[in-house]
Formats: sequence, C-alpha cells, structure tokens
Amino acid sequence: MTMTAKEFILTLEDVDKTFDGFKAISGLTFYMDVGELRTIIGPNGAGKSTMLDLITGRTRPDRGKIEFGRDTDLTGLNEYQINRLGIGRKFQTPSVYTDHTVFENLLLSLPGTRSVWEALFSRVTRAQRDRIDELLQITRLAGQVGTKAGALAHGQKQRLEIGMLLAQDAKLLLVDEPTAGMTDEETARTGELLLSLAGTHSLIVIEHDMAFVRQIARKVTVLHQGSVLCEGTVDEVQNNEQVVEVYLGRKHDPKRHL
Amino acid sequence: MPPRRNHLEFWGVAVASLVVLVVLPCLNAFPSESSALHVSNFTINLYGKYLCYAALAISIDLLWGYTGLLSLGQCLFFSLGGYALGMHLMLMIGKLGQYHSDLPDFMVFLGYPRLPAHWVPFRHFWFAAAAVVWVPGLVALVFGFLAFRSRIRGVYFAILTQALTYAACLMFFRNDFTFGGNNGLTDFKFILGHDLRSAATQRSLYICTGLLLLGTYLLCRWLTTTRFGKLQRAIRDSENRVLFSGYATANFKLFIFVLSAMLAGLAGALYVPQVGIINPSEMGTDKSLEAVVWVAVGGRGTLVGPVLGAVIVNALKSWATRAYPDLWLLFLGGLFILVTVFLPKGIIGLPGQLRQLRNRCSAVRPPAAKGSDFALAADPGLAEHE
Repeated sequence: MTMTAKEFILTLEDVDKTFDGFKAISGLTFYMDVGELRTIIGPNGAGKSTMLDLITGRTRPDRGKIEFGRDTDLTGLNEYQINRLGIGRKFQTPSVYTDHTVFENLLLSLPGTRSVWEALFSRVTRAQRDRIDELLQITRLAGQVGTKAGALAHGQKQRLEIGMLLAQDAKLLLVDEPTAGMTDEETARTGELLLSLAGTHSLIVIEHDMAFVRQIARKVTVLHQGSVLCEGTVDEVQNNEQVVEVYLGRKHDPKRHL
Repeated sequence: MPPRRNHLEFWGVAVASLVVLVVLPCLNAFPSESSALHVSNFTINLYGKYLCYAALAISIDLLWGYTGLLSLGQCLFFSLGGYALGMHLMLMIGKLGQYHSDLPDFMVFLGYPRLPAHWVPFRHFWFAAAAVVWVPGLVALVFGFLAFRSRIRGVYFAILTQALTYAACLMFFRNDFTFGGNNGLTDFKFILGHDLRSAATQRSLYICTGLLLLGTYLLCRWLTTTRFGKLQRAIRDSENRVLFSGYATANFKLFIFVLSAMLAGLAGALYVPQVGIINPSEMGTDKSLEAVVWVAVGGRGTLVGPVLGAVIVNALKSWATRAYPDLWLLFLGGLFILVTVFLPKGIIGLPGQLRQLRNRCSAVRPPAAKGSDFALAADPGLAEHE
C-alpha cells in the first residue's frame, strides 16, 4: 500500500484478535478517508463490534497496527484517552444518562472538564449553553431539553446519544446500529442526520437494515470472519458472488437481505 | 414536584437541626432532673450514637445510592476512625488504669516492655484527630486504586469490600496486633482534659456529632449540585458512556470512595468516646450489612433517607433488643426483605408510591384485588424467614 498522497483518518493493518481460541478478527486491513461516511455490514459474528472495540480501546489487538489520523497509535491507549483524541462511539443499545435531563446529558459530554477537580468547581458558561442550544437544534430535541433522558422515546434516545458524540467534538464517529428498534420515519430522519454530518466528520456506521444502508451508503465494507470480504458501492457489494455466498451459507435469502 | 420537595427538605433539615443541636441539649442542661421537660443523659448519649450512625449511613449512600458502588465494608472505615481516637484516649488514661502504669492496661497485662512506636504520636490529640481522617482515607485509597484499576464492579466489588473488612476484623482480634485484641480499647477517662463521665462532656460530644452530621449533609448536598455529582449519577446509570466520553471513571470512583471512607472515619471517632469502647466486632461483616439496611430502609439516592433509616432502624433495634433479644436479626432480615420488595425507594419514596397507587386505583376500578395480592405476597416471604 503506497497511498501517501491521501490522508487517512483511520488505518488498521493486519490486525488479529483472538478470544479463547476464537479468531474474532484475523488479518483485518482497513483504511478510511477524512470526512468519509463508511457503512460496515456483515453477518452475525463477522467481527463488526469487535472491530469497534479495538478502535476504541475496549480490547487490545494481539497483533497489528491501529492508527488515528496521520500517526497516532491507538493500540496502547485506553477508552477515555482514545475518546479525548476525538473518537466518539455510539453503542448499539442507546446508553444515555437516564436520571439526567437532556440538557445535562449534553453538558456532561462537552469537551473540557475531565478531571475530578475541574468537575467539582466548573460552572456552565455562556458558550457552553449556546453550544447545547445548537446541538438541540441539530438533534431536534429542543422541546425535550428539560426532560429526563429515561423518559424519552427510543428514537429520541438514539438521537440524544448522537448529539452527545457531537458535543464531544468527535472527529470520527463510530455508530453501532443506530436504527435498531426505530420506526421507519425515525430511521429516515436518523439517516438524514448522519448524511448531514459526513464531510465535517468522519463516520463509521454498522447496520443491518439494508433499506437504511441504501439511504446513507456511499462506500460499503463487508466483514466476514474477522476480515474484509469486499468493499464498494451498495450495488457492487450486492452483486459480489462471495458476498452472496456468505449470506447464502447462513441460510439467508440474498435478494431479500441485500 | 422537585422544587416543592426541596422546600420540604430544607425546612425539615432546618427544624431537625434546631431540635437536635439546640433544643435537646438545652433540655438536658437546664431543667432539673425531676422536671417533665428534662432530657436524661442516657437519652442524649443514645441519640449521639444514632447521629454517628446517620453520618455513617450518608457515607454509604454517597457510594451506593449516588455512584452505584455497593460497599459492604464501610464499618471498617468507621472503626478505623474509632480506633485512631481510641488510641489517643487510651494514652490519656495515664496512671489511673488498673495497673497504675503509663502503659494502657492491656499492654501491661500482655507484658509489653514499652509503648509500641506507632502508638507514640497518638499522645497528641492533633495527630489522632488527623489519623481519624487519613488512616481510613489511605486504606480506601490503596484498596480503591487496586479495585477500580482492575475494573472490579458490581457484586464483585461488594464481595471484595466485605472480604476486606472481615480480614481486618480477624487481624484486630489478634492480641499481638497491638490494638487490644478482642477486648479492644476501653475504660477511657478524659478527652482534651475533660472527664468523659460528666454530663457536660457527653453533651458537647453529642453536639459535635450533630454538627458533623449537618456538615456531612451540607457537603453532600453541595456535591450533588456540582458537575462531579452529576457524573457520579452518570457513572451509576451508564458507566461505559462516561468512560467513552473521555472521563477516567476510576479516578472519580476513587475520589468518592476515599471521601466516604473519611466521613465514616469521622463518624466512628465521635462514636467511640460516647459509647466508651471500640473493639474488632465493630468491623464485623454483620455491622456493615446492617448499615446498608438502614440506607435501604430510609431510601437510597437521597440524603435525608439514610439519616431517617439509621435513626428509625436503630430506635427499633433499641426497643427490640430489650423486648425480644433473640429475634432482632430476624426482624432486621424481614425488614430488609420487606423494603426491597415493597419499598424500593425506602421510606422517602413511600409518599410517591402511595400517590401512584392511588392514581392507579382511581383509574382502574376494582382496587380490592390488588390489595389482597400484596398481602398474600408479603406473608410467605416472612414465614420462610422465621
């Protein structure tokens, strides 16, 4: 690989990860451009979530290179250090602070104030209020600013969590199944939100819902048995024989699923 | 609803403080003993003990209710604070002990040639007073650092804290551990030159305890309003989200664990001169479990709840251990089961629960069936435990 001209936001090369003898990730090599919106699909157990765990420091690779931006090595860092570099992660099940209001959820996600001491004595500034207002507009939660997050509808929680990633000023957003459990309308709106973020942010979206993938996908990566099976546009991927076989092997109807 | 509740809490705390800190001590000091208004020394002493327990309960709730860390070893820190001040009080007995020696009685009895080196600085009150805070703090710091760095959470954390206090309890039981073995430290005579048996000294200690409790309450009240306090509850509800938002959650948990150990140590230090003894049984796992029950009964995740729980359960204990001495533990266990099943938010949450129940009853017509269900469910649970 000699692509020195282009700058990658994320580089994974020859990454291996084994859990109790099970090769979750094997020889994974993956490059992503700055500002790209990349969709990752793959059957269950293909290693999608493990890949996110490796990038965010939740688990460490046995072997291989994981770099953020030009040359920041991520393999030795832990979750909060990696987050502070500008990598935000949205979990599959919405995880928001249920006992806090929408405002407080966003406030706790704003950058700065990460030490115990600062947390004891910091106050909310004018600039922070303005930023929260802005985020409320983007996520269309302005009407729920004082509502406890635990009382929000499922789709609103998902949007709030995306808002929290934006509040962190994350450059790279890792979004795990953002539409799980959403209505069609919510799904479409979430798609619009993610599309509007591409360019200014880099995004990796893991998704199962192919209608949604069609809505947002520019470039799709298919993972299978812990490595990249193929990459391309939605149509290219759907017509790839290997991909069809992988899904067929798992007794899925490829026409319906892809 | 929250502003009204805050109002209620403010006035409740203000009135309770006035009664505890001013009215009761005055009624102890001024009316003659024959007067109907007189509050006896025994009562003041007993309430002083309750107030110590209440401060301990707040320290547990700070961990359990607010941060989601269930510590089953909080009485270790309470006892360490008690031992630190107890050591000073032992050295203040002077030659008035049974053996008329400069050494504490148990050391003479066990044949110590001289005072062990680590006892020497405890001659100074200031040193002992500092140790009341830093010894529990240091133990919590070391234990917490190891536990939180290894990401020990939930039930595993609870079990480890219980093991810690049990191990400490076994160590303190040993006679060669230089802390008086199973008899502990007792027969105190003076504190800062004042006779511990005098009513005035006991009254002052009682007032100090009241002030400590009020101070603890105000500190925690302030803490909950800061961003730190918000992060505490965020860690409780979704620790991963906090971790993946760039916070080193281990540091936050360590800070609150150490702070709560220090608060428990202070409560223990005031407990010892009022009760007159500290021994290793105070570190037993049963004591820590009992303290957790107070918090559950009062209502965790609130600051008034643990205080109410500590006072009510201990008042109940004072009565039950006199009326039915053998049944107290069954009472306690039954109470815990009842509260866990029927009052998840404790006494503090009861009005809200009743309101909900009433709303449901008025919405759905036949409420009688619901009521009998509850009664049926309650009985077998208790019977099983007897």
